[in-house]
Amino acid sequence: MTKLDAKIPDGPLAEKWTKYKANAKLVNPANRKKLDIILVGTGLAGAAAASTLGEMGYNVKAFCFQDSGRRAHSVAAQGGINATKNYKNDGDSVYRLFYDMIKGGDYRAREANVYRAAEVSSATIDQLTAQGVPFAREYGGTLDNRSFGGVQVSRTFYAKGQTGQQCLLGAYSGMSRQVTKGTVTMYERRDMLDIVVIDGKARGIIARNLVTGEIERHSGHAVILATGGYGTVYYLSTLAVNSNASAAWAAYKKGAFFANPSFIQIHPTSVPVLNDYQAKLTLMSESLRNDGRIWVPKKKADKRHANDIPEEERDYYLERRYPAFGNLVPRDVASRAAKERCDAGYGVGETGLAVNLDFKDAIAKQGKQAIENKYGNLFEMYEKITGINPYEEPMRIYPAGHYTMGGLWVDYDLQTTVPGLFAIGEANFSDHGANRLGASSLMQCAGDGYFIIPYTISNYLADEIKVDRFSTDLPEFDEAEKAVTDKLQKLLNVNGTESVTSFHKRLGKILWDYSGMSRNEEGLKKGLKLVDELKKEFWSNVRVPDTNEELNQELERAGRVADFFEVAKIIIHDGLKRTESCGAHFREESQTEGGEAMRKDKDFSYVAAWEFMGEEKDPKLHKEPLNYQYVEVKERSYK
Amino acid sequence: MKLKLKIWRQKNAKAKGKFVDYILDDVSPEMSFLEMLDALNEKLITGGDEPVAFEHDCREGICGCCSLYINGRPHGPAEKTTTCELHMRSFKDGDTIVVEPFRAKAFPIIKDLIVDRYAFDKIIQSGGFINVNAGAAQDANTILISKEDADEAMDSATCIGCGACVAACKNASAMLFVSAKVSQFALLEQGKVEAKERVQAMVAKMDELGFGNCTNTYACEAECPKGISVANIARMNREFLTAKLT
Repeated sequence: MTKLDAKIPDGPLAEKWTKYKANAKLVNPANRKKLDIILVGTGLAGAAAASTLGEMGYNVKAFCFQDSGRRAHSVAAQGGINATKNYKNDGDSVYRLFYDMIKGGDYRAREANVYRAAEVSSATIDQLTAQGVPFAREYGGTLDNRSFGGVQVSRTFYAKGQTGQQCLLGAYSGMSRQVTKGTVTMYERRDMLDIVVIDGKARGIIARNLVTGEIERHSGHAVILATGGYGTVYYLSTLAVNSNASAAWAAYKKGAFFANPSFIQIHPTSVPVLNDYQAKLTLMSESLRNDGRIWVPKKKADKRHANDIPEEERDYYLERRYPAFGNLVPRDVASRAAKERCDAGYGVGETGLAVNLDFKDAIAKQGKQAIENKYGNLFEMYEKITGINPYEEPMRIYPAGHYTMGGLWVDYDLQTTVPGLFAIGEANFSDHGANRLGASSLMQCAGDGYFIIPYTISNYLADEIKVDRFSTDLPEFDEAEKAVTDKLQKLLNVNGTESVTSFHKRLGKILWDYSGMSRNEEGLKKGLKLVDELKKEFWSNVRVPDTNEELNQELERAGRVADFFEVAKIIIHDGLKRTESCGAHFREESQTEGGEAMRKDKDFSYVAAWEFMGEEKDPKLHKEPLNYQYVEVKERSYK
Repeated sequence: MKLKLKIWRQKNAKAKGKFVDYILDDVSPEMSFLEMLDALNEKLITGGDEPVAFEHDCREGICGCCSLYINGRPHGPAEKTTTCELHMRSFKDGDTIVVEPFRAKAFPIIKDLIVDRYAFDKIIQSGGFINVNAGAAQDANTILISKEDADEAMDSATCIGCGACVAACKNASAMLFVSAKVSQFALLEQGKVEAKERVQAMVAKMDELGFGNCTNTYACEAECPKGISVANIARMNREFLTAKLT
């Protein structure tokens, strides 16, 4: 049986990473080109890793399902990237960021990993700036910062509302440079469908060429997954519609534990669901809460136009409930507060499932131009979707599925429970506990890719230098390829009447209703049953057109949705087991009288790592205890 | 709304393509253009036909995947709007909408409305980067950049690499795309060290890949969903000339 060992180096928290680097095994430059690294996913984490590992001289094979490495969903991160530069001289430090993340994550993240993420954050800003990322500047030519939810310092670097795009393009340019140098080979338009494990180590992948339909085998000395989160399990989410969990799920089925699957961030400021043909929910950056004030009418079901409701009849409920942080409370708190008001009948808009985000006061105080400089592109985007001009009247927003704190379990090396299989960026679980703070996703992705994985994977590969390149004719490749082709054929053979998307929508609705922002035992059990029933229906009635070996988007989608049924089940299992509320996971049975989340540290101060036990079998829970040595575990208060 | 769609269908890169007509009832003005195509595909799939293949991902105008040529214009009739952000309120009941892939020699069709834009990646690989290794960077604040230059570089960097500029151009020129990247780096101190080599390498690669010449019609700027300015092209021409002369 696999034993969970996080392999955290000894010594004081602030010295662990320095000590690790000093003692880590290295690979001689001459040996690096003999070692193949397979990297799946070329978002910020993946592209940063590809460029850095390429610079070091490893032979990197990088895979993505998009047509280009520049398009991964990191591109959509809007507000910013955190770093402990303390350029604002407002009391920031590595420890402060570490503390904010531990507290923001509701004391469910691993101290050593979080501290390291904070520690390398400063260098990522240097790296991205040197690569030509045009971060916003002050008039004197130095870098500018803004503040973000859940913290009291200004440590967020930004490039208008397109920080993710700019960071990704920086990393993509670095990766492109390595393509030219011959150290990175790009494989675009490929879906990774399985991991090949030989003698207990990850040694390759099975991929499908999305243009030709051909199934390909690729071998390597190690495999890195940088495949993002699984938020699209809800169908409607802020994610790109093709983001999926299939790579992580294939890893899970090959022995990698899946950690904290129920920790899913519901982002408070998304454009609300407007109709039933909507394919995605568009995020409105959290940075808007710096200047926008959130309110609902004081009167129930008040159908007056927002601008006609006088000041004294508005309930600025975040400012009322959380005077210290006001509109800048963390995401989980803001989302639940919006749900609470809407459930109580105070919501706005046609559906009553929306709240106002109002810039009237900010415009009056700072002028329209200042607001346009900060948020112009977001305001434009909002108007394009809704037809409403947010300079003239409040935006309507509502929470939406956004980011998955859960993911593949990794140790301090970012290695999963399968030796040689690493997970970086959103694909792993390691840094955000039960709730992620804004602008820390780009930070983690860049840190993992540029400054952490290069050390930890070298430490692993140092023992592999005598291992020759693998042949893809080995029986383990035959077996993995057969499993993949069988599954694809099975999907094509169903030949039912209902589209893949229709099933995905139905699955998403079940999960949102029974395992969304608020959960209880009865609902979770019902959700599990409904998911099982829908899964059976899917496998007997889905329709996937057969296009014979050619580009077939329905087949791609079908494989992803088939995996989402399994992911949905493990989310519910995890949510059922954790009968406490923490961060984004809110169990109605565990709340204070004031309706705030109530943790149960005595019983649940652990990482839940789930092991695959076979198809149609319940997963097995392993616990990694969380021992806090450097922070005092307190009730999380933003009041 | 009831719409008539004329959509380019092409089985694969080698097959001969043609327009196929579809009638779609019950289109809501609130739908995005791609949600309208989703609705068409839903109808095709449940009716036993093959759905229309089109590229899309983020559906919020930032990934650059979507690439449709709608009624003779890349990304359709709305200004500074990607196809995924285009909403059906831009059309009216009874309209006929013609939907084609982006057409250019350097962008071969893969299937239906999907084209191969790998040529853009090749251009970036030829020099669209700054040579700096991880770990070698100095403190970010030691490079001072005026707010004006930073903002202007950001405007150039806003390009999403969708290829609308190429599709809009009668010569299928990639000048706007290339010049936006050249400008971004030329405006920043970090990029100036290799500016001469960069502009020459990128322009040479662009020519090699079969993109046409720029004849200053400015159709690229007019159709760019991100409002990238042709001033970038002027800057690149200056950079190119300086590089050649010095």
